[in-house]
This record gives sequence, C-alpha cells and structure tokens, in this order.
Amino acid sequence: MTDTFLLDGEDVAFAPGQSVLQAALSAGRYIPHLCYHPEFKPHGSCKVCTVKANGRTAASCTLPAQAGLNVESETGEMNDLRRTLVQMLFAEGNHFCPSCEKSGNCALQALGADLGVMTAGFRHFYPDRPVDASHPDFLLDFNRCILCELCVRASCEVDEKCVFALSGRGIDKHLVVNAASGRLADTNIALSDKAATVCPVGVIIQKRVGFSVPIGQRRYDQRPIRAQALDDAPRQAAASGGCAACEGTA
Amino acid sequence: MIHELQSILARHHGDPTHLLQVLREVQDALTWISPESIDYVADELGLPRARVEGVAGFYSFLHSDAPCRYRLLFSDNITDRMLGNQELLTYLCEKLWVERGHRSEDGLVSVDTTSCTGMCDQGPALLVNGWAIPRLSRERLDRIAELILAQTPVERWPRELFAVEDNIRRADILLDNPMQPGDSLRAVLADGREATLEEIRRSNLRGRGGAGFATALKWEACRDAPGDGANTQRYVVCNADEGEPGTFKDRVLLTTQADLLFEGMTVCAYVVGASGGKTRGFLYLRGEYRYLLEPLNEVLARRRAANVLGRDILGHTGFDFDIEIHLGAGAYVCGEESALIESLEGKRGIPRNRPPFPVTHGYLQRPTTVNNVETFCAAALVTAGGAEWYRSVGTAKSAGSKVLSVSGDCARPGIYEYPFGVTVRQVLEDCGADPGNGGTLAVQISGPSGVCIAADEFDRRIAFEDIATAGAFMVFDASRDMFEVARNFAHFFAHESCGFCTPCRVGTAMLRSTMDKIAEGHGTLYDLAEIEKLDRVLNQSAHCGLGHSACNPTLDTMKRFRPTYERRLKSQDFEPAFDLDGALAAARRMTGRDDAGAHLSTEEA
Repeated sequence: MTDTFLLDGEDVAFAPGQSVLQAALSAGRYIPHLCYHPEFKPHGSCKVCTVKANGRTAASCTLPAQAGLNVESETGEMNDLRRTLVQMLFAEGNHFCPSCEKSGNCALQALGADLGVMTAGFRHFYPDRPVDASHPDFLLDFNRCILCELCVRASCEVDEKCVFALSGRGIDKHLVVNAASGRLADTNIALSDKAATVCPVGVIIQKRVGFSVPIGQRRYDQRPIRAQALDDAPRQAAASGGCAACEGTA
Repeated sequence: MIHELQSILARHHGDPTHLLQVLREVQDALTWISPESIDYVADELGLPRARVEGVAGFYSFLHSDAPCRYRLLFSDNITDRMLGNQELLTYLCEKLWVERGHRSEDGLVSVDTTSCTGMCDQGPALLVNGWAIPRLSRERLDRIAELILAQTPVERWPRELFAVEDNIRRADILLDNPMQPGDSLRAVLADGREATLEEIRRSNLRGRGGAGFATALKWEACRDAPGDGANTQRYVVCNADEGEPGTFKDRVLLTTQADLLFEGMTVCAYVVGASGGKTRGFLYLRGEYRYLLEPLNEVLARRRAANVLGRDILGHTGFDFDIEIHLGAGAYVCGEESALIESLEGKRGIPRNRPPFPVTHGYLQRPTTVNNVETFCAAALVTAGGAEWYRSVGTAKSAGSKVLSVSGDCARPGIYEYPFGVTVRQVLEDCGADPGNGGTLAVQISGPSGVCIAADEFDRRIAFEDIATAGAFMVFDASRDMFEVARNFAHFFAHESCGFCTPCRVGTAMLRSTMDKIAEGHGTLYDLAEIEKLDRVLNQSAHCGLGHSACNPTLDTMKRFRPTYERRLKSQDFEPAFDLDGALAAARRMTGRDDAGAHLSTEEA
C-alpha cells in the first residue's frame, strides 16, 4: 500500500522522504517552482512553490509529504502569491529580457510568462552590480542574480570546488567567488563543471556561444516551463545536500 | 599580523565551528577583517575562502572594508531616538570631523548606527569597538571625543563610562529568589530525571522567548530523540541573543542571576541527557553584551570549583556537563533558534528548514534544547520550589512571573517583574507613565515583532492567553508620532533580514522604502494598500518569524493611528507614485516656459 496526499482534490502517491513538490512532480503534477532543482536537495528560499497544506502555507519543496495532507496549489490565492514573488525578483535585480542573451532559456522569464506576470508591479531597486568579465570562458552578470544558490550548491556538492558562496545580508546579500581578488578568473571553475551550466537565469554566461541557438528556438520557446519541469522531474538527486569542505570536515 | 592570527587560531584549536569567534577576535586584533586575514583563517581552518568571506559579510559587527581604530555604533532603537540620539550623533560627528557612516580619512574613527543595543532604560547608548556606553550626553561625548583624538586605547578609557545600571524597579519570585548555587541541582539529583521532568510539566512552565512553547515538551522531545546511532551526545543551548528592540531583561538576568541561569541549564542537561551520555552546553551571548563575557566566565569558573558544573557534578558519578560561551556579532535573526545554531556552528545565521527541529537535529545535527535565559532561570526556580508553588503564581494558563523591560515615556524605566496576569495599565502606573487623561498614547509590547496597543486596550493582561511577550514594553506619550515609531521598526527589519527568502529579503526593503516615501510626503493611498499586500505575502511565504512579523508595527499603527499616516499622503486618491508634472520641471526650465499649457494638470482641466 502506498501513502497518498491530496493535491487540488486528487490523490498523489509518495515515497518516504519525498517532499510534497517532489512527490507531485514524480506523479506528473506541476507546482510552480524556481530554486528547486531535481538533482539537488530542496533549498526552500525562493518560496515560489508555496502551497496551502491543511490550511497553512508552506514551501512545498521542503514540506515533507504526509498521508492525508490536503494540499491546495492551483488556486487563485497561491498563484497571486507566486506572481508577487516573481515580481519581487524582477524588481530586486536588473532584468532586461529583450537584451539578455539568456532570453528563452531563463527560468525566471519562463515562470513569469507562465504565471501571467505582465509588469514588475513594484518600484525597481536598480541595484549597482558590476559584471565580472575576467574569466576567459565565462561572464558573470550579477544584475540577473535571483540568489537561488544553485551555483553554490552545484560547485560545492557536485564539482567539489566551492567556487561560489554568498556574502552580505538582507537586500545586500550577494554572490561572491572563491578568490581573494574577487574575480572569477582567479578561481578554478571549468566549462565542464556543473556550476557552469546550472544557473537558471543569466548570471553565469558562457562566452562565445551566446546566440548559437537563436531566440525563438530556445528551451522555453518550444515548451512552457510547466512541461519542461515534468520532463526533468524523474531525475534523481545526485548531490549530497551538504558540503564537507564548507563544514570543515573534508 | 601573522603572529596575532596564529595565537587566535591556536586558542580555538583550528576548530571550524569557532569561525565566528575567530573572526570576532581577528576584528578586535586588527580593527578589521582584512583580505589577507580571510585567506589565512580559511587556510588554517581548512575552509573555502568564499565561505569565510560569507560569514564575515553576514554579521554587522565584522568589518571587511578598511582598518579603523575606533568604530562607534549608536544604538538606533526608537527609544534612543526619543532620547535624542540623532542630535548627539551629529554632535559627535562634528566634533570628530567625520561624516556619518564613513571612516575618517586617517582611518582613526567611524560613526554609524546599529540596531537596539539593549540599553533602552539608560539610553541613548553606543558601542565603541563592541563595548557598551550608556546614558550619552554632550558632556560624555566630549570626553569620548577627547579620548579618541588622544588615541587612548579603549581598555584604558575610564571604567565609569562603561557602567551599566540594573534598574530593577520591581522584583518578584525570580529576581528576589533566595537560592544558592546547587539548590536546584541537589533537589533534582534526589528526585531523578523522570520526576524532574514531571515537575517541570506540572508547573506549566512555557518558554519566555515569546513563542511560549511548553518547556517540558521540548525537553522530553530532546531526551527521546534517537540522535546519531551510538552517539548519545546532546546539547543544551541558552539563547541570550536578546535582539528584540526594547528588550533588556536578559542583560539584567545575566548580570544578577547568572548562577540561577547556569543552574537551570544544568538541570536541563540532567533531564535530557541519557544516563552516562554526554551533554554539552552553550550560552549564545549577543555581541552587544560583550562586556558580560568575562564576568559570566568567572561565574562558570566558580561553579566548576564548587562542583556544580564540570565532571561528576555534586559527586554524581557520570553526570558531566560544562558550558561554553559563544558571542554573536550583530545579527537579530540569530535569536531564531535554528539560525542561532547555525551561528554556533560558525556559519551565516540563516534559519533552517523545519522539520527537522532542533530537538532532534540541532547543533551538529544532534538533539539540542534551546531555551531563553529567563526560561532556564524559571526552570531552576521550579525544580527548587516545586510545581505547586510555581503554579500558585500567575494565572491559570500562565504560571509564574514575567520580567518586563520598560522604556520610553515614563518616569522610572527599568526592569519590572510581575506575576503573569498584570494589566498594561498597572505597569504603566508603576513605571510612572500616565495611562489616564490622554497621557500615554500607546505601548509597544514584545518589541516590533509584538503588538502596538492604544489606550482602549490598557486593561489587557500580560499573559500567554492575552498579550504574550518576550519582555519589551515601550511606552509612547501623546507627544509621539506613531508613524515615526513604525518607520523606525521598518528600518530595523530591513536591516536585520537575513536575505535567505525572497519575500523577506525584498519585502522588508520595499516596506522600508515605502515608509520613507510616505515620510518624505510622496505617499498615496496606493502605498498604504501596497503595505497591506506586502504583509499578506510575508505572512504567507516568509521563511521565519522575522518576515512574518515585519509589517506588524506598520499595520498596528495604521489601524490605531491612521490620521498620522493620512496627513502625510500627497493625495487621498489612488495616484501614481510617479509625479509626472514634477518630472516636467526640468523641461520647463530649459524652455523657459511656465504657462498653464506647460503643466499637465491644467492641460487636462
């Protein structure tokens, strides 16, 4: 017998240890999400995957699935919340989709389109975030960072290099690289790293391949993010969820 | 420099969980965390450099910008403002020839603000290189400026400058207890673990940090947690990160009741620790109370000598427990128990995802009990005096007493301990405020995260079943502008948001800028609606209590004192935040026009 919970009125089976989001995606049911990545331990920072479970809101990526839980996701209230959170991210950074070479491959843009986000809704912060073009193979454009920490997690847990980390606090929180100079060129990041390709937005950009796939034929130009997410879902979490180097136990 | 860093790292045995402690000491030794020292510390602790940089960048009292010999941080709680801290800050800046928020050209001194430093009953206050100086006045600032300009090391400044008062105005069962070190321990060792837990349960003791969780349930869950297989290690942590603006009762408890506190922690260790298992204790002391570190360590040493701490406590073979003090470094969010544990592990103070909870997966993923200072003190009282006695104090649902930190517009600010159930009016009368006749306008209870109440609610009671509080009690009289109170708190939350989750990181910054916009006279009704929307988003989706409560003071004051908001609004109608006609002013100047047709409003009319 498999345990199930209710997702918008329908039964969803889950395996022990799965979160609500993981179980839903495995069952072919989409819950909008952004910082969650099927290969990594759920992080719970973007809060886009928030659902109402037994009347209380919680991020579904970190909420343990429980038998009998009544989860509401595709509701006006939850999608309003998600739209607002996506708007907050657009207002926080400097996002100029028409001139961004990640356009069409960007999860933030795709999610916004899918949720029907038409404007940033809030006053823009216009932060001053200089780019780092020091590395021969990469451009770091921090203007587009949504602080999902996927590069941090990938570089620690998969590449075992810890090229990226976060510093600062609150609205001043920002990505730093593992070099005294603060320049990516002085780190050991490589094109073959997981961290090189994991960025869901346009921060970690590979040089010289920007428009090799034209806009209009890109990932989210072909199928909406909800369909892509379900394709990705069966992938197993490869990463440990911890970093021995950062824990000082390496 | 290398020699200093070597001795710091040696003191901490190259332990990466001591990273925050190491960085604090580097800051003290070098006056900043230089890039070279980050490299060195990272190498020696075997950590990625970026991780060390991330921790150094998280805490307000760690500075990676440039060396600076005297860093002055004015406490900027609303109570400091009411006592004139802004005017004093400007005065000192002028005396020292520095610009607020900037280091002097010669790297000698910088003057800036920080969140409430817990001296509200004797403000305005500041920290100089982390050491607290209360009761600021022009005369005292003159002396401080002289000492800085003469480049006198802070350790040679007159002691009198640093004297902090207890200001205990009303003592009850806790502050007036007759107990001697070991009294509770002897009682629990005679009764045994199970009976002690049962006594705590029957006493109805609930956590004093604000949430009011049943203490016995927490201890029991920690005791029963499976832990890490064969490893039976458990941790008892005292949360002395008293960061809620307006709260200073833990400072006084740490000063006057340290023995009782450590006794309570030791009782807890006895209850949660398996027989023969290992239990370690931590006191996480907020950085603002740095000056209490040595006195507290002396109390610990005395207790070890008296065998009420350490190995085979009171001759009870195998009952080993010791306490280590870790200092915070300016981060309110570390008062959240899982963020506090992260900080204890030497990391950025980010609240964890829960479940699992600290009682099963706390410090180093081991079972951990985290309680407030006052809770441990109360537990020691319960085990010495008995549950029946303890429950006879307070109300049916709230047993025992509560220590309040009273500040603001009253004749006698300070510490007031009452049995639970006391009315707000009673407290106001006792502290010399004026709750009748339109004297006292409002009271902010339990700090910005708590509630703001107006005169029609002064008969409400301090108790878990009515107004639960962590202890702050800030009084505002009719001369105060409650909008400015709320704006101060909005700045506080934005400054203290850890930035982990989207809603709090962005939402608190938006709330701050919206309140500033209203203050500058550019607000519209749209902004008030936006604040309500932010509150909804934060309540629905923020990662921890900081985000959930960030809009509370604004909403409370909007509800109770709406005119103070409305008279600031540019228009009562919904209007765009952007002043279109105002933006055309430059064009009018350039074209030399100022006729009716050059103005949008007249054009439309």
